[in-house]
Amino acid sequence: MTELTTTRANPLIDPGLHVWGWEIPVYLFLGGLVAGMMIISGYFLFSGRWRNTRSACFVLPGLSLVLLSLGMLALFLDLEHKLYVWRLYTTFEPLSPMSWGAWILVLVYPALIANLLLRVPGPLRARVPALGELSDRLVARPELLRWIGAMNMIWGGLLGVYTGVLLSALGARPLWNSALLGPLFLVSGLSAAAALVHLIAPDVGERELLAKADNGFLVAELVFIALFLIGLLSSTEVHIRAAGLLLGGPFAALFWVGVIGAGIVLPLAIQLLAVQHRVAHTPVAPLLVIAGGLALRFVIVQAGQVSHWVRVPGL
Amino acid sequence: MARFGMVIDTRRCVGCMDCVVACKTENEVPEGFNRDWIATEVRGKFPNLAMEIRTERCNHCDNPPCVTCCPTGASHVEDLGKIVLVDHDLCIGCKACLASCPYDARFIHPEGYADKCTFCIHRVKEGKDPACVAVCPTRCMYFGDLDDPHSEVSRLLASRANHALLPEAGTSPRIFYLTS
Amino acid sequence: MTILSRRRFLQIGAGAAGAGAATVWSPGTPAWADFFAPAQPGDRIETVPTYCDLCFWKCGAIATKKNGRLWKIEGNPADPLSRGRLCPRGTGGVGTYYDTDRLRSPLLRRKNRGEDEWVEVTWDEALNFISEKLQKIKLEHGPEALAFFSHGIGGNFLKHTFKAFGTPNLVAPSYAQCRGPRDVGFQLTFGEEVATPERTDIAKARCLVLIGSHLGENMHNSQVQEFAEAIGAGAAVIVVDPRFSVAAGKAKHYLPVKPGTDIALLLAWMNVLVTEGLYDREFVETHGFGFEAFRAAIAAYTPEWAYPITTLEPEAIRETAREMARHRPATLVHPGRHVTWYGDDAQRSRAIALVNALLGNWGREGGFYFPASFALAKYPYPPYPHSERGAVDNPDAKYPFADLGLTNGIRAATLSGQPYPIKGWFVYATNLMQALPNQEETIRAIQALDLMVVVDVVPSEIAGWADVVLPESVYLERYDDFNTEAFREPFVSLRQPVVEPPGDQRPNWWIARELAMKLGLGAYYPWESVEEYLEARLAGTGLTLAEMKQKGVVVGPHRPINVEEGHALAFPTPSGKVEFWSTQLAEKGFDAVPKYTPHAEPPAGYFRLLFGRAPVHTFSRTQTNPLLHEAMPENEVWIHADVARRWGLENGKPVRLVNQDGIASLPVKVKATERIRTDCVYMVHGFGHTAKGMKRTVGKGASDAQLITRYAVDPLMGGTGMNVNFVTFQPVIGAEA
Ligand SMILES: Nc1nc2c(c(=O)[nH]1)N[C@H]1C(S)=C(S)[C@@H](COP(=O)(O)OP(=O)(O)OC[C@H]3O[C@@H](n4cnc5c(=O)[nH]c(N)nc54)[C@H](O)[C@@H]3O)O[C@H]1N2
Ligand SMILES: Nc1nc2c(c(=O)[nH]1)N[C@H]1C(S)=C(S)[C@@H](COP(=O)(O)OP(=O)(O)OC[C@H]3O[C@@H](n4cnc5c(=O)[nH]c(N)nc54)[C@H](O)[C@@H]3O)O[C@H]1N2
Ligand code: SF4
Ligand code: SF4
Ligand code: SF4
Ligand code: SF4
Ligand code: SF4
Ligand SMILES: [Mo]
Repeated sequence: MTELTTTRANPLIDPGLHVWGWEIPVYLFLGGLVAGMMIISGYFLFSGRWRNTRSACFVLPGLSLVLLSLGMLALFLDLEHKLYVWRLYTTFEPLSPMSWGAWILVLVYPALIANLLLRVPGPLRARVPALGELSDRLVARPELLRWIGAMNMIWGGLLGVYTGVLLSALGARPLWNSALLGPLFLVSGLSAAAALVHLIAPDVGERELLAKADNGFLVAELVFIALFLIGLLSSTEVHIRAAGLLLGGPFAALFWVGVIGAGIVLPLAIQLLAVQHRVAHTPVAPLLVIAGGLALRFVIVQAGQVSHWVRVPGL
Repeated sequence: MARFGMVIDTRRCVGCMDCVVACKTENEVPEGFNRDWIATEVRGKFPNLAMEIRTERCNHCDNPPCVTCCPTGASHVEDLGKIVLVDHDLCIGCKACLASCPYDARFIHPEGYADKCTFCIHRVKEGKDPACVAVCPTRCMYFGDLDDPHSEVSRLLASRANHALLPEAGTSPRIFYLTS
Repeated sequence: MTILSRRRFLQIGAGAAGAGAATVWSPGTPAWADFFAPAQPGDRIETVPTYCDLCFWKCGAIATKKNGRLWKIEGNPADPLSRGRLCPRGTGGVGTYYDTDRLRSPLLRRKNRGEDEWVEVTWDEALNFISEKLQKIKLEHGPEALAFFSHGIGGNFLKHTFKAFGTPNLVAPSYAQCRGPRDVGFQLTFGEEVATPERTDIAKARCLVLIGSHLGENMHNSQVQEFAEAIGAGAAVIVVDPRFSVAAGKAKHYLPVKPGTDIALLLAWMNVLVTEGLYDREFVETHGFGFEAFRAAIAAYTPEWAYPITTLEPEAIRETAREMARHRPATLVHPGRHVTWYGDDAQRSRAIALVNALLGNWGREGGFYFPASFALAKYPYPPYPHSERGAVDNPDAKYPFADLGLTNGIRAATLSGQPYPIKGWFVYATNLMQALPNQEETIRAIQALDLMVVVDVVPSEIAGWADVVLPESVYLERYDDFNTEAFREPFVSLRQPVVEPPGDQRPNWWIARELAMKLGLGAYYPWESVEEYLEARLAGTGLTLAEMKQKGVVVGPHRPINVEEGHALAFPTPSGKVEFWSTQLAEKGFDAVPKYTPHAEPPAGYFRLLFGRAPVHTFSRTQTNPLLHEAMPENEVWIHADVARRWGLENGKPVRLVNQDGIASLPVKVKATERIRTDCVYMVHGFGHTAKGMKRTVGKGASDAQLITRYAVDPLMGGTGMNVNFVTFQPVIGAEA
């Protein structure tokens, strides 16, 4: 029998940590999604298959740019001292994932823009001939394309992993004490990105390809989630309690139904059938995957904040 | 180089919150926010109970995650006594440090920066004890250099049973609670 | 499983609800808004010594201003009471000045009494109104028809005015609702009272027995400081309390006594000390009176006899008695302070005095010392008019041992008009609605008055019942009389203004003088300003007001305060000895040696309502102080975890308490805890404010006073025992978590 009382009642901290609302989960989700999109489109560039895979390569970079900027906006909105945001770039803090993230973005944008330059749309060419020429010069040099592709894959990979490491570096929240959060968020980003292409690609072959890839990613995601939970459950009592938040606690519903059920298993089933041509390709599965990816970020961020080293019953 | 810490005698502490009120006036902490607070832990079944009352605050950890996670260097370890501080003008209010502290010792000041116990560095520089230590009517709080074996804090830790908070969190806290 | 505090508990529920638990800062006036501006280098710092008024201990303090604005208040190192450290309330005194709920100008009642509707008037209008009414009362019923209620040193000047006016009816709740029975019990035994500050040498006690006295929650500064010292020095602490108090958490022996049965425990202790020959024979033989009769009287009260009454194991009673004997004479059975519990309180206090007598600790280190006070001349006023009729509160010495006025006696006389009518109440710094038992009686008495005046600093419950409310400047804005309370060393301390009042508030000395002038009592105010008065009182001490203003506290030469230091023992009782057998009591038909008589038990489904202190609040006077309010915004009702479970009461959720007479409290949060017996519940006194002008606190928590409709009057001295009420639980409909 233990009674624990505290006189502290600080906003955002008590009765339980709630420093991050919707902004950070959205930022992490969009970051992961963009990471996945960069890797996919980077892969097509790298493997030289970009000419005949229109949507992936033509649409993703532009879309990435927009989504990433939206993610950055969400992050910015979460800051309590917004006018000082530029301070992120007056220093590099090697031990701070957030600092890494800030600088990674500095690398990501050029890679995306380079990717974007490969195919300047007609009207723009007409207006700014210089762009057109630059674009043609790039396209004329395959090894450079391979480089741009590689850059997109590498920076994308870093970005994806970073979205997870950002949390796993915060040791005070047992739920996040897992090196697997990085890879998990990366594959989750990949699957969401694949789903997105699957959703928008007019080219059937590409849709097939991405659906297959997505199934792979979803399976991998399941494996990582399992390993992540096993890791916690085989650790200390606080970590077991943290895992309990997802398995049976206040976040169980969103986790089991939103993330695992509707976000992974169901779409996986549908897409398996789809690729075997037992059912038609519909937007349902990819939409579920994307929603599931968002749900995953929400569950991990919110449950993680509640998880605590101090013994708190019922949690 | 000094390494400041606190030693608190839980046998004497009565949980009166004088340390809490004194911190608020001394440091002009806005209403609704606290840099220090009282935790009471009661174990057992009536009437066989054991109670520990603790005054808690930032532990000025030797291994402070709030500093390592800070993307701007606002959270830093001061040269003077290794006190962990926040530079208001560098802080963007990202709240990573709030999330990184296993003691929930930090909060966001209404002006937008992360705030917490400063070990009253402004007083320490004048050779005074922190406000909470100086006010305590039971004289159960001790402040001093943990690296100096002759300091009162070092002697107390050497001579009496004590514990820190959540050592398992790996932050190496520098506030210790005497239990007997 | 684990139980969480009100605040942590919410964590399991909605996070959002938690934010509500934090009292988020909302600046009142602009002055407020920048009160918390961050400290600037090169600030202009000024310090002013004074003494605290957050309670009546009167600790020496030093207030610090930053750039002309009050910043902080610290203890005055020169002061023997605070020894440089204030209690949390004293530290929070800053908030008393910045309190946004303060009265700002005199108010005249607009509607019926108690409807709390007012018009602002000038001081001249207000005081003219009062003096006219007073003159009329004097004419029709004589000056005695005015009663003056006050608490604290701030009442001194008004008391002077009303003595000059000619009334002997001057009372304070600190007697019949507080320490009265204790001092009577000790008077009867040792011939001297315990007084304030208590003459207890806690610091040097090797064994300290606390019966109720919840030091650490009761924050009378010096007492708590010495308590910690004793603990630090390894004293054996014995705590007797139905609730696992903070002190119990420090105790070597914790005795969870059944409420209301302490006399049985005390008798059993005496029995063990005597039968086992553990008492101080030499002390008893040289200084004791009637010991043999006493021995016979307690012979039957064995621990086995006390067991079924107190529910305390006989072995625990014996063991603790032996522990006390082991350390005598440095064993102190603390006499307590707020002892008005069950109506037999003077006898219980006498029993405590007798246990101390058996331990031979009177005048000894670690026992009771002989306090010394700083000699200061009274101001040479003309003699006061003599009243033929005498005081009204205790007609023909109904309570033979009452040696101070009874608030409840005045109330009774006001209701009955006997022995003569009371037509005016002048109330200074006492919230009679929260301080007196049975609010309904108080209200009926007030309704029977021709004049009701309240001097307060906030629109309190009692102010709500006044015809005229006079806003006083708080202690930080005024001079008061010198404090020369007798203590370990003689000292004199000064209260002086630190800051200007924010509105049209005036100090009590000014109010008292102006009123006297209007009443044609100018002869009693030879001085113009209070500085003149204070300077005059210092005459012959070699001190000047200028010096006092600069030092705040001056300590006189140390005099012997105990036998060890060479103070002689003397017992100003009828027998000149320590009265183990009290002929005084016998003559008046009371038990010459205390007896245990059972008290009514709570009916099925009811629990005895107990109450006490929280370290950060003083009675009902600090709840609007922003700093102290934040530290504790509301009280909780302590209920044993098993009882709470049985009643389906959830920790942190609100419940209403309903007493034996059907009076229901405001909703109050449940503290389901192991820290209390299953036959009682506990509350911190002073919450549950209903005065709408106390915006910061109104409606928060519940009021024990409201539920104390019954009280047991002490036949010896008229004190009102208030632990005799029982409550049950009523769910709150649509409970907000
Ligand atoms: N912070 C703070 N400190 C204060 C005050 C304040 O307002 N605030 N007020 C001051 C004043 S004026 C006074 S008089 C004192 C009052 O403080 P005390 O003299 O200590 O008052 P008590 O009524 O003895 O304390 C209440 C305690 O008695 C226990 N109790 C209740 N019934 C019984 C019983 O039947 N038997 C036993 N053994 N214990 C019982 C309660 O559980 C509680 O722990 O505090 C002083 N100090
Ligand atoms: N139910 C219940 N009744 C009790 C007690 C209890 O614990 N429970 N305790 C008893 C005890 S021990 C005591 S000593 C008494 C205390 O009884 P009181 O002394 O009456 O205590 P308060 O209720 O704080 O009332 C103090 C009033 O003075 C006002 N005040 C504060 N500062 C100033 C000032 O500077 N000037 C003026 N003019 N007014 C000011 C406050 O606003 C408040 O209205 O209560 C007794 N009655
Ligand atoms: S002031 Fe001292 S006794 Fe009071 S709570 Fe703080 S540490 Fe404990
Ligand atoms: S207690 Fe928290 S805030 Fe303070 S140093 Fe340690 S981790 Fe940082
Ligand atoms: S909130 Fe401020 S101090 Fe904390 S990590 Fe972010 S920038 Fe650093
Ligand atoms: S050391 Fe200073 S800042 Fe820290 S809690 Fe104590 S008073 Fe507050
Ligand atoms: S005990 Fe506390 S409130 Fe009372 S006078 Fe001393 S410091 Fe002020
Ligand atoms: Mo009292």
